[in-house]
Amino acid sequence: MGFLGESLAAAISLILSLDGEVFNAVATSIKVALWATLLASIAGVPAGIAIAVGTFRGRRLAIMLLNTLMALPTVVVGLIFYGILSHQGPLGRFGLLFTPTAMIIGGTVLAIPIVANYTLSAVAGADPRILTTAMTLGAGPLQGLSRLILEERFGIIAAIVAGFGRVIAEVGVAMMLGGNIQGYTRTMTTAIALETEKGEFALGLALGMILMAVALVVNLFLGILQQK
Amino acid sequence: MTFGRENNRFIRAFFLVITLLLALSTAAGAEERLRMSTTSSTQDSGLLKVLLPPFEKKYHCKVDVIAVGTGQALKIAEQGDVDVVLAHARKLEDKFVAAGYGVNRRDVMYNDFVIIGPASDPAGISHAKTAVEALRMIARKQASFVSRGDESGTHQKEKEIWQAAGIKPAGKWYDSAGQGMGAVIIMATEKGAYTLADRGTYNAFRHGKTDLKILFQGEKGLFNPYGVIAVNPKKYPHVKYELAMKFIDYITGPEGQGIIAGYRAYGDPVFFLFKKK
Repeated sequence: MGFLGESLAAAISLILSLDGEVFNAVATSIKVALWATLLASIAGVPAGIAIAVGTFRGRRLAIMLLNTLMALPTVVVGLIFYGILSHQGPLGRFGLLFTPTAMIIGGTVLAIPIVANYTLSAVAGADPRILTTAMTLGAGPLQGLSRLILEERFGIIAAIVAGFGRVIAEVGVAMMLGGNIQGYTRTMTTAIALETEKGEFALGLALGMILMAVALVVNLFLGILQQK
Repeated sequence: MTFGRENNRFIRAFFLVITLLLALSTAAGAEERLRMSTTSSTQDSGLLKVLLPPFEKKYHCKVDVIAVGTGQALKIAEQGDVDVVLAHARKLEDKFVAAGYGVNRRDVMYNDFVIIGPASDPAGISHAKTAVEALRMIARKQASFVSRGDESGTHQKEKEIWQAAGIKPAGKWYDSAGQGMGAVIIMATEKGAYTLADRGTYNAFRHGKTDLKILFQGEKGLFNPYGVIAVNPKKYPHVKYELAMKFIDYITGPEGQGIIAGYRAYGDPVFFLFKKK
């Protein structure tokens, strides 16, 4: 059996043994990604809808900005918020650097452009008559909007899931703002980076497999939601 | 009406996610947290895993370890983002204390640096008399050398030796990796290159992770002392100075020193104690 095969076998036995350190990293990853996705959705979904249905000056600029922010490197977000959250920075007195909260803040910023942009695409691609029809049928603007959201829920859920994927898979923000503290801010991705650094490829590979499994579960959940 | 039903399902899904979130975010209790930045070698060697738990138990606290290169570890402490720092670059540590960022520096332990490389030893450094001579031979041969390149304690030591040799290492043969000790040993192994390593990390890698051999060792200049420093509470009133001092007393006291002296990686001692004055 080759090097990759051996690592794979060791990885599977590690997963099956439910190693406490592995479990902690998985839990932290999911916790941070879920919170960041939730916050990013609260900001990103309305922003995406507003840009899609709105007619205001600077709309094209907003779209261009969103597209650019999609490519925002995770380490840049990490660096900026390191400066903001460090004790020397403007929000230093809260002592948030190297905590899960810092990672959630960074993850939220990473996910907002993704969620907003995909929501924008989904809603912009919707039948423009939905809104006007609903409103001629006597619905108020708020009801018309919720009708629109319901019609385009697949696209919006996909946007939220894409945001989740961005946060759970990234390593830059988690490493810089979390500090990779064992049992506290160590996530699957920072653990993979660390285990690779230590030459523990099996453990790194095991974590990589769990990461894929989590992505699979999230997509299964999405699939169930999209049925019917 | 379909409108309401769809709405319900949407809301139910939303609450499912919220419940999941809450279930996951059960806080780990309100125990005190001590933040320590340290060099990667103390973590990679496995020492902290046995050194920290007795302290955490005794004082009902949690030590958050941020393991980076020594340069960065001191930088983080300089910004007041940790309470205590465990480092191994004496000159930088002294500067750190002199600038008023740290107080109460104490010696903790030492090990030494070794120059490792392929068993074939293409530059013949196993015949060198000094570390300076060894690096000169590598440069003359233009034999592959991987440098940490990350301002870590090990990188500081390497730069010191190059400087003493009067060489500015550069060229195809010299790779500045910008990574931790473990990653650099693996990189050097893949490339069949030389590198400067601390003995602790090398020992942890010697069994199955690298086939590089120690080709030069034992010189006085390769001595590698570790020191612990509390972040100055006068500079940063928010730091947990009292707990930091308890930690310093612990690792320099009989219990911590006993654990350090007794720690073995694959049967080899990794760190050594300073003789009592």
